[in-house]
Amino acid sequence: MAPPRNRRPGFSRRAQYGLFLGYVVAIGGVLIGAVLLLLSTFNPPAYAVVRGFFAEITTPISSGIAWATSGVAGAPDGVSQHFNVRAENERLRKQIAEDETLVARARTLHQENRRLRALLQVRDVTTDAVITARLVNSSASSTRRYATLNAGSWQKVERGQAVREAAGLIGQVIETSPNTARVLLIIDPDSNVPVRRTRDGMPAIAKGRGDGLLDVRAAGLSNMTFRPGDIFVTSGTGGVFPPNIPVAKVITNQRDSAVAEPAANPNSLDFAMVQQIYLPPPAPSPTPTPGGAAK
Amino acid sequence: MRRPAPFIPMGARDGQYRARWLAPLSVMVGSMVTILPFVATFAWLPPFGLIMLLAWRLHRADTLKVWAAVPLGLFDDMFSGQPMGNAMMLWTLCFIMIDVIDTRLVWRDFWHDWLIAAGGIAFCLIAGRLIATDIGAHVETTLLVQILVSTALFPVATRFCAWLDRDFRRS
Repeated sequence: MAPPRNRRPGFSRRAQYGLFLGYVVAIGGVLIGAVLLLLSTFNPPAYAVVRGFFAEITTPISSGIAWATSGVAGAPDGVSQHFNVRAENERLRKQIAEDETLVARARTLHQENRRLRALLQVRDVTTDAVITARLVNSSASSTRRYATLNAGSWQKVERGQAVREAAGLIGQVIETSPNTARVLLIIDPDSNVPVRRTRDGMPAIAKGRGDGLLDVRAAGLSNMTFRPGDIFVTSGTGGVFPPNIPVAKVITNQRDSAVAEPAANPNSLDFAMVQQIYLPPPAPSPTPTPGGAAK
Repeated sequence: MRRPAPFIPMGARDGQYRARWLAPLSVMVGSMVTILPFVATFAWLPPFGLIMLLAWRLHRADTLKVWAAVPLGLFDDMFSGQPMGNAMMLWTLCFIMIDVIDTRLVWRDFWHDWLIAAGGIAFCLIAGRLIATDIGAHVETTLLVQILVSTALFPVATRFCAWLDRDFRRS
């Protein structure tokens, strides 16, 4: 390739100053970028408004494309489902018969549980869903894991609320704009979720790794041994995430931590449920919140 | 269908070619690829905005001024999920580095351009990872894959730029 023509602008003063000013603006831009970076490192939600403005514009586009592609991609699935429906019907009938005994047992247990709770005078905290919405896009080219939800502050979505799907926890709302919200997924390296093991209620912390998996560490000093297949649910510690949402399942055990795969797959692009903050931040009082082990 | 070349007075620009507005526009569209509707569980999407920017800069150096990376980077920061100012700073540094290389490595082949682009992509992605994510995160493998895929896509991006720029030599 020949050398570019704009290196030496000739004798024209105007062209020379233009080139020089270009470099001044570029280096100024680098410095402004560095300042913005510092600001966003120390105060992450500083640019929520600007980002929210652009998200407001692009989220309807994402939703539209998602709607169109799911319509097209869902067609073959629909056809095959139509032909499988007889076999599935048979299978489901058998399953209902099997489940009936289980339901009967669960009913008696539920009644007993209700009576016991009434005896203990446990105050039930309602964890109602705020809204059900779709996760429309994500930061697929960045090492951070954010997703955009197509519901925002006009739909009463607030910062800090937990986002889940039927299978498990997806993340937490960190920024809202009128019609969109930014969700920090639990697989982000900056996300920490207090969890407990379903088997024995041992408290632990599930931290994102950045590669789609989670690191689970014991929360206490106890040298906890993990076994592949251990299931962790949210403990409700800290009051942000409602308790008993499935979070992770251990796949390999390392010495003081375990690698786990998340229970929910945000990639399925199904509906996500936004839930109320479990215990809204109370007036500053030094009462410790009950730990997960106490539940 | 070739029209006669229009009369251009001495000292005036040689006509209006569409790359002047198409170059920034294609970079912005590249930045907005992240709005495609899927939720990725790890970083695998190549930074299309950056690839288009480097392709334009190395293919047609006169379409983008050296300061053009500042607004384009700011636009990219709105969609990439990186902290604000990340692309604004790194992309402009890339541009300045390429300008320096322009003065040293004057006669270049496409292979040189490809190597320079690979360096630029690797610099932006690795620096972006160091800025956005703490050291303990396990993102190195995916980052390496992302760099390799992005580098492999650079010739495609250059061909695309040349195709967008096809009206340049016609008149």
